[in-house]
Amino acid sequence: MPLDNVVFWIFAPLSVATAIGMIAVRNSVHAALFLVVNLFTVAVMFLLLDAPFLFAVQIIVYAGAIMVLFLFVIMLLGVDRGDPVGDRLFGQRTMAAILGVAIVAELGTAIRASIGLATRAPGGFDAANPGGNPAALAEVLFRDYLVPFEVTSILLIVAAVAAMVLALRRSRAVTQRELEAPAGDDLAAYGMAPPGAPASMRAASPRSGSGAPGGPR
Amino acid sequence: MIELIGLAIALPLGAAGVNLLFGNPLWAWTARGTGRGTGQGAGWFATAAMAAAFAVALGALLELLSLPPDERTQVVTVVEWIRAGAVSVSLNLRVDPLSITMALVVTGVGTLIHLHAIGYMGNDPRPARFFGYMNLFCAFMLALVLANDFLLLYLGWEGVGLCSYLLIGFWSERPEAANAAKKAFITTRIGDVLLLLGLFAMWVHFGSFDFDTVLGAEGSLPEIATGTASAISLLLLGGAVGKSAQLPLHVWLPDAMAGPTPVSALIHAATMVTAGVYLVVRSHALFEVSGTALDVVAVVGLAGAIYGGLGSLGQYDMKRALAYSTMSQLGFMFLAAGLGLYPIAISLLVAHAFYKALLFLSSGNVMHGLHDEIDVRRLGGLQRDMPWTTALFAAGALALSGLPPFSGFFTKDSIFELASHDGEVWAYVLGSLAAMLSAWYIARLVFQAFIGRRRYKGHAHEASPVMLAPLVVLAVGALFAGLALASTPEGRLAVFLEPTLGPVSEGHAGPSTGVLIAISVIVTVIGIGIAWRLYRPSQDERWISFPEREPGMAGALGHAFYIDDLYAWVVSNVALRGAAALEWFDRTVIDGAVNGVGRLVRRAAGLAPVWQSGKVRRYALSLLAGAAVLLLFAVVRI
Amino acid sequence: MRTPIAYFLLLSAILFALGSMTVLLRRNALRIFMGVELQLNAVNLSLVAFSRMHLELDGQILAFFSMVVAAAEVVVGLAIIVAVVRRTSTTVVDRADVLRG
Repeated sequence: MPLDNVVFWIFAPLSVATAIGMIAVRNSVHAALFLVVNLFTVAVMFLLLDAPFLFAVQIIVYAGAIMVLFLFVIMLLGVDRGDPVGDRLFGQRTMAAILGVAIVAELGTAIRASIGLATRAPGGFDAANPGGNPAALAEVLFRDYLVPFEVTSILLIVAAVAAMVLALRRSRAVTQRELEAPAGDDLAAYGMAPPGAPASMRAASPRSGSGAPGGPR
Repeated sequence: MIELIGLAIALPLGAAGVNLLFGNPLWAWTARGTGRGTGQGAGWFATAAMAAAFAVALGALLELLSLPPDERTQVVTVVEWIRAGAVSVSLNLRVDPLSITMALVVTGVGTLIHLHAIGYMGNDPRPARFFGYMNLFCAFMLALVLANDFLLLYLGWEGVGLCSYLLIGFWSERPEAANAAKKAFITTRIGDVLLLLGLFAMWVHFGSFDFDTVLGAEGSLPEIATGTASAISLLLLGGAVGKSAQLPLHVWLPDAMAGPTPVSALIHAATMVTAGVYLVVRSHALFEVSGTALDVVAVVGLAGAIYGGLGSLGQYDMKRALAYSTMSQLGFMFLAAGLGLYPIAISLLVAHAFYKALLFLSSGNVMHGLHDEIDVRRLGGLQRDMPWTTALFAAGALALSGLPPFSGFFTKDSIFELASHDGEVWAYVLGSLAAMLSAWYIARLVFQAFIGRRRYKGHAHEASPVMLAPLVVLAVGALFAGLALASTPEGRLAVFLEPTLGPVSEGHAGPSTGVLIAISVIVTVIGIGIAWRLYRPSQDERWISFPEREPGMAGALGHAFYIDDLYAWVVSNVALRGAAALEWFDRTVIDGAVNGVGRLVRRAAGLAPVWQSGKVRRYALSLLAGAAVLLLFAVVRI
Repeated sequence: MRTPIAYFLLLSAILFALGSMTVLLRRNALRIFMGVELQLNAVNLSLVAFSRMHLELDGQILAFFSMVVAAAEVVVGLAIIVAVVRRTSTTVVDRADVLRG
């Protein structure tokens, strides 16, 4: 059994198993960790498919940056927010199972009918990768796909700005009076009137309902 | 200059844009500190644009004259809209003897009328708008006459209709002006719809609007069956009848005199109303294939000539009388075209543009000097207070009446001459009758308004030089245009127009020319004599009291045989009742059906929100199910 | 390379189906989002497999762009989830059904 076959047959079942694990476990953090492992197995698949650059990107960007972001948000919103019991949608599980099986079956049929189950990739992929895979990708990316590549930078900036706008708590402008207030009134400047503050000041505090009660402040 | 002919349209159009969009602040700014109104700036600017357009047209004419006659049809592509393979849609202008003649009339007479309007409209509160509309009108009119295809012609046609509406109703605060504008627009619309149908039929048959395709290239007749040609020609004639105020769509023209007098002179005498004649002459090839249509043109023209003449006799309002006179003169043009004498029709058109503009503008001078008094019963004896205007009006009247050697004689009478040569006796006899009526009604206006006893109060002040100078030019043109253009046996203008309109047939049957001239002069003199007998200064009590003595006849003439009243009755009794019935049908049956369908759909739609549960996971399920079905489809197809 | 391309594609199909089922079955918005990521990865895998099969780099480029867009999408998606949780104090997507017909 050639080495790549061995690697495939180790990591493919692992990939499926971690995916199932991601669905099945109750704890969100565990699910995220399962997903990390799954992404790693997919990265190995990339390696098997002679795409070392994507292998690296997959691990750095996906398993690294994106999953850290996921875990960060899970922590932010509270680890214990598992699925509540009850209020399930009628027939959702059955339909989902049927559809999952159907899609795998359909795709399997399509693959069998189009390229056949035994077709192996032709050799000579090195010829398509002059100077190694990353260099060849760079060549294609910065020549043929330069404009889309530059456009993605706009996309990323927009995404970053959008994330800030969406996640930012609505705040009000700080007035001059609050700036000049004595040091003891610091809390008022942040919209949290101290217990002894006059009622008018409390009324002036920003909509306190906008935050999630009980959620992290 | 032929390549630059587009400028002739662009200059008035641009000037109209400036005047309509920025006129008020611009001319208020230039006139600051001088105490003058905005009228001077707007007026001179518009006149300059027209003069420049005239120069362009004149340059094109000179260049055309330098070419041999068989190369005098030039097509200029101004803009190419679409070019896709073999299909090319362009804005093409046609410079040929006919179109350049029309363009010169429009720009030349137009310039003079604009100049006169500087004085006439100088004290109007909205001069920039007025001159903007006038320039816009000229741009559309030039597009109409310079078009190389029926589509651009139609664009100009509708454009001049719009400007006519805007200018008739220029004093929109006067109800009669607003109503007249609506009447003109709606009445001509009937003709426009017919014209549009004609264009549709043309497109169905030829698949093109191009003059060369539809009318046949030079010398060849269009390839079309007689019946189809008749249908298209008669539809075109319908449009021409509406625009040129011929029977039975003439009712708008007398009312249109509610507009400012320069408008009456430019649009409702010199240019726009002649568009119908131009259309018939331009598409004469189609009319000739039909034959029948040509006869209809002649009959319509003859009827209009006589009807207009009679109608003019019954009017006390000078401008209305001139409006009926215009109808009558246009009738002569249609008659000439119907008899196949296209160059004569155009000669008459040119001469008529001069003398009718002159007549209108000098009656405008009267109105200007007498606080808008225009009823001949309250005029009379103007020659003492307004000698220039009287002389100018008389010159126009002489030109119109057909006395030799003035232009009406050479243009109008050559119609009857050639008609008799061709053996069209009916046209000759009835046409001569109409010519006698022309001499009668125009002499009547001179006798009633300008000589004899003064019947107005106060002093009529003579018009300013800016209002007289263009009239002098027009008077020279009106008196001697015939001599210059049509006095030689072939007619200079007719020779010039020959490449487009073909030679004038020279018949030999019938009396010799000398006898005909004598008859024609005698007929004219009889007309003037009748007018003198009835309306000479000593008779003014008699003709003023004529309606009391002969109410039936005066009413018939004054209402132009009650055709207007007939239309009003038909509209209010037949059309409105029919409309009410249709409205009921629309409300109960059609709306009922539509509303029923709507109710049905709403009931059915009431079931749909079950699907839209708001649960994202349900949506995802639907999405995935859809994907699975599509995939299934793809797999089955493999 | 000895492993048939079809195996990678089948693995991709299975992972995609599992990702879809995550989306359909879990009620926690974050878990659903993880399912979406799994689907995206499955598609990337098939893209790279096709790239290998056809000896062209365009598939890998597309997978690369897909990752970039996924990164942007995760950022915005997580921000939306945070905003929704602030507003409704729940991560259960079925509760956010104000748009029901």
